[in-house]
Amino acid sequence: MTRILMKGNEAIAEAAIRAGAIYYFAYPITPQNEVGEYMARRLPEVGGVFVQAESEVAVGNMLFGAVASGKRVFTSSSSPGISLMQEAISYMAGARLPVVLINIMRGGPGLGGILPSQADYFQSTKGGGHGDYRVLVLAPSTLQEAVDLTMLAFHLADKYCNPTMVLADGMIGQMMEPVEFPENYVEEPVPPKDWATTGCQGRAPIIIKSLALDPVVLEKNNLVLAEKYKLMKRDEIRFEAYKINPKNRILVVSYGTMARICQTVIDELEQENISVGLLRPITLFPFPAKEILAEAIKPNIESVLTVEMSMGQMVEDVEWAVKDKKPVEFYGRTGGIVPTPEEVKDYIMKILAKETPAVKSWNG
Amino acid sequence: MNESTHAIFTRPQSFRDVVTHYCPGCTHGVIHRLVAEVLDEFGIRGRTVGVAPVGCGVFIYNYFQTDFLEAPHGRAPALATGLKRVSPELIVFTYQGDGDLASIGTAEIIHAANRGEKFTTIFVNNAIYGMTGGQMAPTTMPGQITTTSPRGRNVEECGYPIRMAELLSTLRTPAYIERVAVHTPQNIVRAKKAIRKAFQYQIDGKCFSLVEVLSTCPTNWGLTPNESLNWLEKTMQPYYPLGVFKTPDAEEQK
Repeated sequence: MTRILMKGNEAIAEAAIRAGAIYYFAYPITPQNEVGEYMARRLPEVGGVFVQAESEVAVGNMLFGAVASGKRVFTSSSSPGISLMQEAISYMAGARLPVVLINIMRGGPGLGGILPSQADYFQSTKGGGHGDYRVLVLAPSTLQEAVDLTMLAFHLADKYCNPTMVLADGMIGQMMEPVEFPENYVEEPVPPKDWATTGCQGRAPIIIKSLALDPVVLEKNNLVLAEKYKLMKRDEIRFEAYKINPKNRILVVSYGTMARICQTVIDELEQENISVGLLRPITLFPFPAKEILAEAIKPNIESVLTVEMSMGQMVEDVEWAVKDKKPVEFYGRTGGIVPTPEEVKDYIMKILAKETPAVKSWNG
Repeated sequence: MNESTHAIFTRPQSFRDVVTHYCPGCTHGVIHRLVAEVLDEFGIRGRTVGVAPVGCGVFIYNYFQTDFLEAPHGRAPALATGLKRVSPELIVFTYQGDGDLASIGTAEIIHAANRGEKFTTIFVNNAIYGMTGGQMAPTTMPGQITTTSPRGRNVEECGYPIRMAELLSTLRTPAYIERVAVHTPQNIVRAKKAIRKAFQYQIDGKCFSLVEVLSTCPTNWGLTPNESLNWLEKTMQPYYPLGVFKTPDAEEQK
């Protein structure tokens, strides 16, 4: 395999094509414009379709129509754009359609800024739009992982017939790193797409819908969805354990770009004989709660520190996972500011010196 | 039936043999049937996918023998764009009311038309929101009483009714756009011809096509079915003139 130096947004775009997704609908928004620009150049070469829509509202609904064909389709956007797609995401979740969404997060709320952020954790992992549903969320921390998870996203979307999101931030989108694309990409088989609206020649008509005025029918659809989310929690939890060992005094939980910075901190602390481990969730939904708890309750662990580029979102899931067995601390910067290794390290030193405030997250 | 008799009028194959939920005197049923007849005549039922709106027309998929998608309110043209672009071999049509197309979905229909998407839109204009209980629509007539314009539509506050066929016809991109009505047998025959033409343009891969159909809503207009047909002709038709507003052929001649 050849390693190619690529920008994150372009690597994600190429990964999607390699996974067979040659139908792309989008609306320009910084900091992910390179995905669309790459697709506009590349898709005609591979017989695909690129449509620049009039809005992200239209993008979401174009995806809805396109994915109903049974073909692999996707979009990329950034935080405010993803907000506008929530209508269609809710409908596609309700209609059980395997769409893939790439969110290169920027700072909010509102128009916010264009710099990296992790402030869309709640929106991505708790549903995002109206109704009882979840999106399967994958969070890469390197460009290679962004490539791998983008390809995996299409597989998981098809496997569960569920909207699936690759949640990265402006840092992943904008930086360059060497990446490799698998030469002969082989996937596990996915269920047949016998639900696709391909025309009813020789079969009964298929209707893809989310309306159910009868509450019994509607609850049943919700129960089918809930069953699917249970299966995801059983089979799809992914995480990375970094320098986790019995000597760890602190367990750090962090994802994406922020987790890489935490790795640097952990390496530095190791030089100073301070043992800290990192559990990096790769799937944000389903969330590795049991795995976090299992590490947190180890006797040497004094506290669990969640570090995010937000004012504290994933920390609520960590608090829930740890179930008061250990103190949960939080450190975060937001609005496009990426915490430096120094400030994270300082915070860890404060925890060890028992100088940290009792209030951890904004809800804490 | 024996050999000496044959049916001259049957239910189209594209139409299911079921009772619709439409109110007495509503013309949705007539418009449905015209579309179903056209699908039969072209023999395209098996490769047609309809896109249902939000509004009274949402249950259209219960009445058609074709594949269907159910769009969020106003977004049918976006769904149709997505589906038709990735599966150009399909015949795709949206069926939308005036609240759906002329209010919440204005952006989607304008841009789909402007991109020249190769699908067909059947736009049913009855000057009111039907399913939600008779609220004012962008197409509600000046002075028309609705549940949200209880003293009649005030054009000072709400502006004048939007003429979608005319508005869309201003776009430079080639399209077929016609307005018809279904309040008399003669008009129904004309409406059928327009719908046929609209699908023909799509089958030929020629252009976006839209047929606006002036329709009735006796329940929410507070009129009898007969009075409604009359009201359509006397009140709506002068404001919403019938006819062809745009053809791709005219565009080519320029």
